[in-house]
Amino acid sequence: MTDPKQAIALRHLLLLTLSLTMVAAPHAARLPWWLVALAAVLAAWRAYLAYARLRLPSRWLLPLIVITATLGVYFHYRTIFGRDAGVALLVAMLGLKLLETRSLRDAMLLIFLGYFLVITNFFYSQTILTALYMLACIWMITAVMVDLHHAHAEPPFRAQLHTAGALLAKSVPLMLVLFLLFPRVPGPLWGIPRDAFAGVSGLSDTMTPGSLSELALSDAVAFRVKFTSSIPETRHLYWRGPVMWDFDGRSWSVPRFLYGTPRFTTGSRPIDYEVTLEPHNKRWLFALDLPGKVPPRAQASSDYQLYSHEPVITRLRYEMTSYLEASYGMEEGRYPIRRALALPEGFNPRTLELAGTLRAKFPDDRALVGEVLGMFRNENFFYTLTPPLLGENPVDEFLFSTRRGFCEHYASAFAVLMRAAGIPARIVTGYQGGEVNQLGDYLIVRQADAHAWTEVWFKDRGWVRVDPTAAVSPLRVESGISAAVPLTDPLPLLVRGDFEFLRQMLLTWDLMANSWNQWVLGYTPERQRQFLAKVGIDDATWQTLAAILFCVTGLIVAVLAVLTLRQLRTRVHDPVKIAYLRFCSKLRHKGLPRDPAEGPVDYANRLERLRPDLSPAVAAITGLYISLRYGTEADVTGLRELRRRIRQFSA
Amino acid sequence: MTQKIEKVVAQVGGIILGKERQIRLAIACLLARGHLLIEDVPGVGKTMLAHALAASLGLNFQRIQFTSDLLPADIIGVSIYSRDTGSFQFHTGPIFSQVVLADEVNRATPKAQSALLEAMEEHQVTTEGETRRLPEPFFVIATQNPSYQIGTFPLPESQLDRFLMRIHLGYPDNEAERALLQGQDRRDLLEGLKPCMAAQELAALQQHALRIHASGALLDYVQELVNHTRRTADYINGLSPRAALAVLHAARAWALMSGRSHVVPEDVQAVLPGVVGHRLVPAGEVGRVNGADVVAHLIKQVAIP
Repeated sequence: MTDPKQAIALRHLLLLTLSLTMVAAPHAARLPWWLVALAAVLAAWRAYLAYARLRLPSRWLLPLIVITATLGVYFHYRTIFGRDAGVALLVAMLGLKLLETRSLRDAMLLIFLGYFLVITNFFYSQTILTALYMLACIWMITAVMVDLHHAHAEPPFRAQLHTAGALLAKSVPLMLVLFLLFPRVPGPLWGIPRDAFAGVSGLSDTMTPGSLSELALSDAVAFRVKFTSSIPETRHLYWRGPVMWDFDGRSWSVPRFLYGTPRFTTGSRPIDYEVTLEPHNKRWLFALDLPGKVPPRAQASSDYQLYSHEPVITRLRYEMTSYLEASYGMEEGRYPIRRALALPEGFNPRTLELAGTLRAKFPDDRALVGEVLGMFRNENFFYTLTPPLLGENPVDEFLFSTRRGFCEHYASAFAVLMRAAGIPARIVTGYQGGEVNQLGDYLIVRQADAHAWTEVWFKDRGWVRVDPTAAVSPLRVESGISAAVPLTDPLPLLVRGDFEFLRQMLLTWDLMANSWNQWVLGYTPERQRQFLAKVGIDDATWQTLAAILFCVTGLIVAVLAVLTLRQLRTRVHDPVKIAYLRFCSKLRHKGLPRDPAEGPVDYANRLERLRPDLSPAVAAITGLYISLRYGTEADVTGLRELRRRIRQFSA
Repeated sequence: MTQKIEKVVAQVGGIILGKERQIRLAIACLLARGHLLIEDVPGVGKTMLAHALAASLGLNFQRIQFTSDLLPADIIGVSIYSRDTGSFQFHTGPIFSQVVLADEVNRATPKAQSALLEAMEEHQVTTEGETRRLPEPFFVIATQNPSYQIGTFPLPESQLDRFLMRIHLGYPDNEAERALLQGQDRRDLLEGLKPCMAAQELAALQQHALRIHASGALLDYVQELVNHTRRTADYINGLSPRAALAVLHAARAWALMSGRSHVVPEDVQAVLPGVVGHRLVPAGEVGRVNGADVVAHLIKQVAIP
């Protein structure tokens, strides 16, 4: 093939630089700016050197840049290992390698680096868009590789793209087989560090005023739910998450895991559904209030939080059953009740005072709850995403001066009032509502649907859900957040839904993304087992999988090889040639094959030497063949004669 | 007709012993109206071949010894003021001859070389605004020492391309060498050569060569060969369309000499080493592989369609 030491042409270098830039581009947003600038400068420098036909920089300059870049990466990430630092180093080295790329061999190395860089992009994002973009990148890189091996004749790059496309198309069956049969590893890609999902948003184990309203600005999907039967009304859709007991005067927090067997009695029929939870780097699993079972590899605390055994860092799917009406916590012990009444000393004095007044007025717990809800409903309280900032005594300030708040303000104020009045109360955070995607008949719950409500404890009823937000803004619970907050509030576009057309498009997109999640990204060991069972392979171990994999792969390669070889064989249409080939094949069976590059005269001469007995027949046939195929006279009788002679010929 | 060619082959073969194939190629080159480049070490009979060919074909012959101080005027001719007529008179140079032997063409400077090569291409010479036709037939046999010898200006690829064929004579085999040593003096033999055909007959043969039939299947083969050199990375450059035409012309002449009215693939294979050996440079191993091996490889690679 092409000489590996051959110098690389300008066109190849530019194409190579372009394709590598394409692959590395998504990383630019995640890398420190100086590194992006360095890589860009190195690439531009190399392109300029090639354009101006200047010499490449000397051998001592490159190590200097290598050391500088490595130090820079180390000081930025405090390590040179792990995903982020590794990718940063890789991009820097890519630019440097470009700068010492002289020959075809170097260029090939860069091509393979490019393929590897494609993989690194999936460390960060595995959406359809990323996959499509990376597919385009692979196409481009492959085309450049094809181009590199065209030493002189320079066909237009379109032709290379065409060749590369055909190559990739041929690899599709292989890709499918590898995808379906390659033994699956549970969890994310091998050895991805835990920091991979450090930046994801979601509910946390503390709640301060403003933490949920911040979350409401994100239209990221929290989870998707597919119900077995019809989707319940929005006002019933309380997705239970972290439960908060402890209040320090300003923020609420989740206690350490509360052991105990949750027990409940149901008042309605079960609702079955399947949740696909987006990774949020915490352990909570969300379920409709009240969860009736515990998913595998998870456990429930006594306050009905579902905890996964390890943080959810990959998309997780679990089946759930819930009861919309259930009573629980009747036999709550002394310690939990005391915990549900605790208030810090010296905070929110006016609230405590108000609670005292109310308590004196309403000795009955239920009447008191009703009175407070009535206060929220009838007095001048506003539900807004942009509440004013609160100071030292946030509950006091909220209740008596600002009176503008998001759900966490109302839940917090309500719980504090209850506790001050001697009614055990706790805060439940989670999500409320969700958007139905009619196209796929499933529910999308976004971060913007994050919600906080309270539970109060009555001696005869156990824990009862009270949502003070519903009192202030019934729309929030009935129709979702977009209907509830003022139009001027900065809700994400997706949640707002003012543009019906756009909304439909986005829902279609979400359906595609969901299918992608379920069938491509969600192809777990579990799913693989199900799939294999469906095609009749039960109890597949990785050994059987590997064996099947090799067999099927071998088969596909063989089929592709046969098809390719058939394409290479030129089709013969000339009847004279076909007749002659029959003559050759007769001789081949007698051990006298004709070399494809051997002309008829030479062949006949050789045959005459080897088999003088055949000489007359061979001479006649060869003479006829030559005059028919290469001579001027093209007559039908000649062809008939040739065919006759070949038919009669036997060696 | 072919009998006369056979006579020429036999006559020249009597002087250059054991080189029948090269002699045939040289004649095919002439019949295809191309020019011939003979590349070999001194003393293997390059000049002798040119001389014998010219004498046997009844053509007039001039020899130009190329040296490093040769000027274009030494080849083309020069205008000299004549006192008798009171005007400049053009004195034709050695190029105005039917067979021109350009001996050791790579010893001259590129300037002198290009004067010759332009004349070869155009079949005419232009000096001082006047164009003069060269005689017909016009056949240049250039000889070249292998370029690694001292004091040479190797012909660039673009100029090599103007020669229809390049052949090597090579050392004679033992038998031929013994016959050579035992035989008469070559110069005397050369003196005694008689033309085997008239100039008109040669022109007729050249015309005839053009009409040798090349079928579609044969053209397919030529195209396959040329395309193969363009597709693979074995060569630095693929063959040019001019090279393809040269292959076809030479193959026609070869077919004529073989007494056929049409070209067969063997004709193409026979002339291919001479025609493309100097046009194909193998990639990677420049200068190490000789042209004949490269072409033999090419022939093996391409199936006859």
